[in-house]
Parts: sequence; C-alpha cells; structure tokens
Amino acid sequence: MRNLTILILLLVVPSAHATLNVFACEPEWAALTQELAGDKAKIYTATNALQDPHRIEARPSLISKARGAQLVVCTGAELEGAWLPLVLREAGNAAVMKGKAGNFEAAHYVSMLEIPGKLDRTDGDVHAEGNPHIQLDAPSYPAIAKALSTRLSELDPNNSTIYAMRLQAFTQKWQIALQRWQQQATPLKGVSIIVQHKAFPYLTAWLGLKEVTSLEPKPGIEPSASHLAQVVATLKQHPAKMVIRAAYQNSKPSEWIAKRTGVSAVVLPFSVGGSEQAKDLFSFFDDTIARLLSGLKAPQR
Amino acid sequence: MNIKICTALAVLLCHSPFAIAANNTSFNPAMSLILSGTYAELRRDPALPATGFAMNPNPGHEQGFNIGESELGVSANIDPDFHGSATMALGADGTFSMENAYVQTNSFGEGLNFKFGRFFSGLGYLNEQHAHVWDFVDQPLAYAALWNKQLGEDGVQLKWLAPTDLFIELGGELGKGRGFPGTDTPKNGSGMGVLFAHLGGDIGTDHNWRIGTSLHQTKRIAAESTDVPDLHGGSVTNLFTGDSQTFGLDFVWKYSPNGNISERYVKFQAEYFRRKESGDLTYASTITDRFSVTQTAWYAQSVYQFKPHWRAALRYDQLDPGTAQVGTLNAANVISNYAYTPTRTSWMLDYSPSEFSKFRLQLAQDKSRKNLSDNQLFLQYIMSLGAHGAHSY
Repeated sequence: MRNLTILILLLVVPSAHATLNVFACEPEWAALTQELAGDKAKIYTATNALQDPHRIEARPSLISKARGAQLVVCTGAELEGAWLPLVLREAGNAAVMKGKAGNFEAAHYVSMLEIPGKLDRTDGDVHAEGNPHIQLDAPSYPAIAKALSTRLSELDPNNSTIYAMRLQAFTQKWQIALQRWQQQATPLKGVSIIVQHKAFPYLTAWLGLKEVTSLEPKPGIEPSASHLAQVVATLKQHPAKMVIRAAYQNSKPSEWIAKRTGVSAVVLPFSVGGSEQAKDLFSFFDDTIARLLSGLKAPQR
Repeated sequence: MNIKICTALAVLLCHSPFAIAANNTSFNPAMSLILSGTYAELRRDPALPATGFAMNPNPGHEQGFNIGESELGVSANIDPDFHGSATMALGADGTFSMENAYVQTNSFGEGLNFKFGRFFSGLGYLNEQHAHVWDFVDQPLAYAALWNKQLGEDGVQLKWLAPTDLFIELGGELGKGRGFPGTDTPKNGSGMGVLFAHLGGDIGTDHNWRIGTSLHQTKRIAAESTDVPDLHGGSVTNLFTGDSQTFGLDFVWKYSPNGNISERYVKFQAEYFRRKESGDLTYASTITDRFSVTQTAWYAQSVYQFKPHWRAALRYDQLDPGTAQVGTLNAANVISNYAYTPTRTSWMLDYSPSEFSKFRLQLAQDKSRKNLSDNQLFLQYIMSLGAHGAHSY
C-alpha cells in the first residue's frame, strides 16, 4: 500500500524544478533550445529524425507532454498540421495554443521557398505557406535563435540574462561555423543533384546545388516505375552527380536510380540524430556537408 | 494549418495565384469532403440480424454499389477560446444526417476539455473514429449490434488530463440518449451517462499503447423491436422498457521501427463490451413481464503495413446473446437461450497511392447467423478532398 502511495505521488506531483518545460516538435528545435537555454529548460522532443515528419500521430504520450509544457517549439508552415493542433487541443493547456506566447513557430523567421501559386492536390501534398523543411537553412538560424531567445526571456524573465548571453555565444559560434561550412562546400557549387522527396530547397539554395529532378513525381506520392524511367531519361540529358534522401526515407528508389545510372546515393541526417555523427546542430551540418562532399568523390560509372 | 480549399464565395479570390498565397493561411474554416463508395457481394440477405440479436440494431451492409459513408466536414477555431466542427454524413441506406456538430474549448487550461453539441461518445476505442479512418469496410459486430455502428450523442462531455508523463485521461458525458441503446426520449434532464478512463504512453520510440475502460448507462423507454423470433416459430414486435448498462474495455498497441509509420507498422487492438439490461418486456405488443439479459461482444484485429502505401489486416468478431431471465407470463413465448455464438472473420488489403486516396479489398466469412454462413466480398474506395485530416491515435 505504501509503495502504491509513493507511485501515485510520483505520477501526480509535477517536478518541482524551476526549469522551463519545452515541447519541441522536431529534434532540430530541441537542439536549438538546448543551445539557448542550457540547463534552464527541460526539453521533450516529440519526433525523431528517423520518422517521416508528415506522418506523425497525435498519440497519448504527446498529449500528456504538451499538457505540461510552457513552451512549444515547432516548425510551423503546416508541417505539423496533421497532429499538433489535435495534440494541443486535447492537452487542455491554454498557454501553448497557437497565437499564445507559449507557441513558437520557427517558419515565421525564415524566408519561405516554394510557396505554391495554386493549391491543388494534383501537385501532391503541398503546403500553403511554402516548403516546411526549413531546418536545412543554416543561414536562417541566427534569426530563429534571436526570436526564440526573446521568447524564452519573455516566459522566464528571471533567467533573461542567461538567455541573452547564450544567444550571443551561439550566434558567434554559428557565424564562424557558417563560414567554415560555406568554404567546405565550395566544390558543391553548381553540382547537379536529384532529390528523393522535395525536402531540400533550403540546402540547395544555400550551397548553390542544382536540383535536376525528384524521385517522387509529386510530394508525398510514391515513385512509380514509369516515373523512375522518366528520371533515367532526364538524367541522360541533364546528368547529375548524386541522389539525396533524408534518413527517414525508404532507400529503395534512391538505390535503384544509383545502380541504374551510376549516380551516388547520399543519405543526409535531415535533423539532429539522423546519423551517428549528427549529435547537435553543429555536427548536424558538419555531417551533412561531409556526406555531400563524399557523394562527389564516389566513382562514376 | 491545413491546405484549405476555396469555397464558392472565395472562388474569385482564388483565381489570382497571388491572392491565394496571401490568403490561404487566414482561410477559415477548413473544409474536407470524403468521397467513399463500396461494392458488396453478399450471399445472404443483409437485413437478417445476428442470431440472438433481433432486438439490437443491424446496420449491416448494402448489396451491390453504394456511396455510403461519404461525408462533408467543416471545422475551424471560432475564437481564441472555442473550436467548432461539423460533419454531415451519407449513410449506407442513402440517408443524409448531421453526424457531428460540436464545440470544443481551446483554453480551459488545467487539462480540462469541454465539448458540447452532437459528438461521438468517448467510450471504447473505435467509437470516436469516423468511417473513413476505419481499418475495415465495416465496424466490428460488437459496435454494429451494441452501438448501431457507433454511439453519437447530443449532450456535453468533460474530460480531464492528469498532469503526468503517463497519459491519464478521465471523462464523463451526459446526453439525450439519442443513439442506441438510448431511445431518444424527450424529457428534462439527461437520458444517458458515460464515464471513461484512458491510460497510455510510449515504450521507447518503437511502441505505444492505450488502454481504456468505459461505463454507459441509459434508461430505455418503449424500445420497439420488429421481427423478433419467438418460441412459437413466428416473429413478433416486442417493446422493452428498462435500464441498460454497458461496461467496456479497450486496448490498442502500435509498433513501428523507429516510430516511422510511413514505412512499416503493426497495430493491434481489441475491445470487449458487456451489456446488462433489465426491465419489462411486452411480448407481441400484448403481454408484459420481467425480462433481463446480459449480452457480451468482443473483437480483436491487427493491421500490418508491410510496405509503404500497402496494408493487410485480419479481424475476428464474436457476440454472445446471453441467456435471458424471462418472467413467467412470457416464459412460453420469449426465447431465452439461442444456444448460438455469432462469429465473423474478416481479411482486408488496402493500397493508398497517396495519403488522400485509398482502395480496399475485404473478404469475410460471416457466421453471425445460425445455419446461414455467408462469404462476403467488398471493394471500397475512400478519397479525401480539401483540408488534410488529423492523424488521431
């Protein structure tokens, strides 16, 4: 009976630490919050880099975690549209509803790419606010970080000095890293690539890669045999060096094209935790660029 | 929030690409249309109820082509405090009905959630799910016979979520008693009550689960059943007035490597209901005496997505009509023991070219009617237009 009482107390009494409870939708925002808040935040990451971010369910654990959150940090731009609104509504937590200070969307601080001119599902699963895979837009991180740091201070004014200091340190470190990455990526400029899913416009725009075509005929539509044959034909006219895909995606279409045409298949971590090397935001981009560079070296047919 | 479609009113705006890009995020409300159709090949008349369940509903199937379960949904935040949602559905029998029309609070806080209007009750696991997300063409026999497919109520629901990492949700409902076994009787106060509790969580990244229990209570007034077989070999119309109490247990477990459900997953679910009814039965609209019976029903099913876009599933259904206690006046009239356990086994395969379209094949061996075994075949399409549907658990 005493054990049961302790168990119930453990379950029911919220942790008494004076830290900010943060619910991060994706690992990159968990990592950014970690950089900006250090031990002032207790961060829960709702999804991992090996999951298709379009296909997340509003499962019970997510609802419970959102119930206790003071800040929800997400991509926005409809990426979480199928599950987050439901999770937040079911959580009964007024502080993190959309439009409240406890709800932060990184996409607000990024110049969105691929905003569709028309909304028609013949174009597949397109998002009205633009391509939501903004986590590969390294140059945008300082702006996102600044806004997120301001939000942290707003919610937890007692620690605002710490947040301001950490923001400055992060921004400085990031600017140096940005230069390093851009320098490392010089050989990638103008290189033609194929993407499996239209998930990389921010990366290609930043590094000057040239996207020739994609293996999914339309976003969210399975690559069919006839479409893949078309890709092979396209490649004859516009040769590409590599085919890239995110860690969570099925390897078959990429590998098929690689085998068929001799381009190298490159798996990118896509977020923190998407590869063994991608442990934080810095190593995530280090690894992304290293993998792209290794794609250049691979022997051609 | 979602991709919004243009309504007739917004068509002019929508013609200009610039106007769409600028306006879609503020577009309000989100509309979705489910187009669904089924072709059914049945050897037995679907109007025949499961043995021992002639006094329960028999939503059954339609033979041949029909576009039942198509629905139109509209939902939006009303203001910062409220969210509203309405669904109009076309039933398999061709009737158009207001399936859902409710308001839910957004900002109660403290884990409280208040819902009012017409909604699917929170009892069980499948009850709240709309037809287009079912894993089979039809509902399990347990839902068909005990809830007339699913329990929709006009009333209020209050839920509370505990402030814990483990998902602990408690809820209660008061309603009119609109859906079976309620008799939709107009009166002051409420005609039915539901209590439910849910526990759930994750085990690592690969597994997640939810268990639930529920209690439903209603007073049935002059509930009429036609074509009920009797001990004289005929069929009569009976009336029942009395209390109905249903206890339920539900369990769902999902497994997916790394939690990446777009690749592969397994889902297992099972539910059990036990309904006790006691009151007065009027046999053939003439002789009234005591009547009580306990019916039980359960099913278990598993869905396996073996490769992206492809799923296969298996389901087993079982009903138990129970042995009725019949008052002496009707002991020679009313069948108390049918000595038969209705069962059904269904197998399903579906293919979804995208998240918005689905084609399905279902085969079933239906032994729910004594000596009338039926092999059934169903073909179905489910298409969703407009707003991207929510991925509920």
